[in-house]
Amino acid sequence: MGDVRDSTGRDDAPLTVEKAGGAGAAADKLPEAQGHSLSGKTVTINRPRQPLYDFWRDFTNLPAFMDNVVAVELLDEKRSRWTVKAPGARTVQWTSIITEDVPGRTIAWTSEEGADVPNSGRVEFLDAPGGRGSWVVATILYDPPAGIIGKVIAKMFQREPAIQARRDLRRFKQLMETGEIATSARTRSQHEEETD
Amino acid sequence: MRALTWHGKHDVRVETVDDPEIINPRDAIIRITSTAICGSDLHLYDGYIPTMKAGDILGHEFMGEVVETGSRSSLKKGQRVVVPFTIACGGCFHCSKHQYSACDNGLPADNQDIAQAIYGQPMSGLFGYSHMTGGYAGGQAEYVRVPFSDVGPIIIPDGVEDDKVLFLSDILPTGWQAAEYAEIEPGDTVAVWGCGPVGLFCVQSAFLMGAERVIAIDHFPRRLDLARKFGAETINYEESKTYEALMEMTGGIGPDACIDAVGLEAHGFFADNVWDQIKVSTFMGTDRAHSIRQAILACRKGGRVSMPAVYGGFVDKFPLGAFMEKGLTLKTGQTHVQHYMPALLNAIMEDKIDTTFLISHRMPLEQATEGYKMFHDQQNEVTKIVLKPGMALAPAPGEKS
Repeated sequence: MGDVRDSTGRDDAPLTVEKAGGAGAAADKLPEAQGHSLSGKTVTINRPRQPLYDFWRDFTNLPAFMDNVVAVELLDEKRSRWTVKAPGARTVQWTSIITEDVPGRTIAWTSEEGADVPNSGRVEFLDAPGGRGSWVVATILYDPPAGIIGKVIAKMFQREPAIQARRDLRRFKQLMETGEIATSARTRSQHEEETD
Repeated sequence: MRALTWHGKHDVRVETVDDPEIINPRDAIIRITSTAICGSDLHLYDGYIPTMKAGDILGHEFMGEVVETGSRSSLKKGQRVVVPFTIACGGCFHCSKHQYSACDNGLPADNQDIAQAIYGQPMSGLFGYSHMTGGYAGGQAEYVRVPFSDVGPIIIPDGVEDDKVLFLSDILPTGWQAAEYAEIEPGDTVAVWGCGPVGLFCVQSAFLMGAERVIAIDHFPRRLDLARKFGAETINYEESKTYEALMEMTGGIGPDACIDAVGLEAHGFFADNVWDQIKVSTFMGTDRAHSIRQAILACRKGGRVSMPAVYGGFVDKFPLGAFMEKGLTLKTGQTHVQHYMPALLNAIMEDKIDTTFLISHRMPLEQATEGYKMFHDQQNEVTKIVLKPGMALAPAPGEKS
């Protein structure tokens, strides 16, 4: 799988686990990269990659499993307007442009100028080895709101993009493998509070 | 509805809380008819388990009647079901291999972080057992919401009473899996540490799987008596030296297979913090943490060690040298309940397995608080308490039924 995931070249591990951070090298590999913090995760999903890509590619589906994404509005073929929760009951917005789109395989994006949280990234849909469904590999570069202080505050409120990406990918896996997102809520009102 | 809720160390209360509702399409709501207090519930009661919140509903051994179903549940209203304590999706890689307790999707995404940090990967969800295992409301209540109801619950035929099948939810499959993991061969002598419910089911299962002899180890006389009824020989570790007894009772060879059904339970989640607390705790006794070490030392060369006992964290002085030099095999893990339920239900229906002997007390849910206290304080007399939400209040609380 070494050819599909960006690595340092010194070993086959992805840049996202590089001890030095990997953000600079990752930015070199992303079209129109934006952002200086790197986050990334791979999740195995027990389904073929085409339906996973199809679900993801319809960005209006994303709020179903991306906890912090309030809404995604499609502006045209390539551009979409994102409204995302931020610490302190605020929301941030940006317009995202698709920079790479290979059906069944890759979606990459970058934020337009003036984004509250400049970001770019790529989601890859790969055949998992051994016929075990698919690997979904997300690589995200971002500038946390108000720099490092903002990152600390966001982490306190669990809105830090790296934590969020990890949990969002788990929810995506749940939705694709089970048709629903696991919750321990006992009542519908509890559930609404949790997902609000 | 009424439910047994946790509020802190030795503080559980029967309270009125909101009824559960269908949230996801595969959910079902079950009206509880029988629910047991598990030995591991006592660790919640003793306040050892982190990530508990005041008001959490306990209980992971339960059964009842389907009263409501989500659009994708395969259950039908009115069906009687036993619900596995492990919450598993049925659709991930692990479920497809019947490794249900390793399900990728049973835990809510946000609850997976702790287990991932401690164990490397998140485990399945569990009912009524802290927020680290999902924060799901348990079954010591009038009603419970059961996720993935098309995968977990097993339908019980009419006419089979609750008491015969309730333990399919946890302890019977746990004892059976442990005996299976001991890979018993004809002629084998199997030693079982701990004659709690799981240990007793290990004894029963080991004989069914062809063990020639089973040696049961405990210090509660009543529990050793129960093991003896199934044909086991016994060692009371307060009366005799366990290792020496095992060696003498196996002609100097050691047992072919050793099953540790004692363990630390979930104390080990933060073993370092409570190590002293465990040692002074009367419930834990003084040397129970040694069961797995003792099992490894006593086991014959090339033998098998099976460990249904729950360990959560780290153990000091693990005899890795003995384990390696003697070429032992160790198998362990949370129980893949869903995998074992159908065959064990058949065994119960064919009267090959009886589990009702275990129940020493039946009481209404309203008296659950007394039930916890009794189970906690009287380990010799109380082998298993089954709470029945529909049962009339007894005149004297806590009286044997």
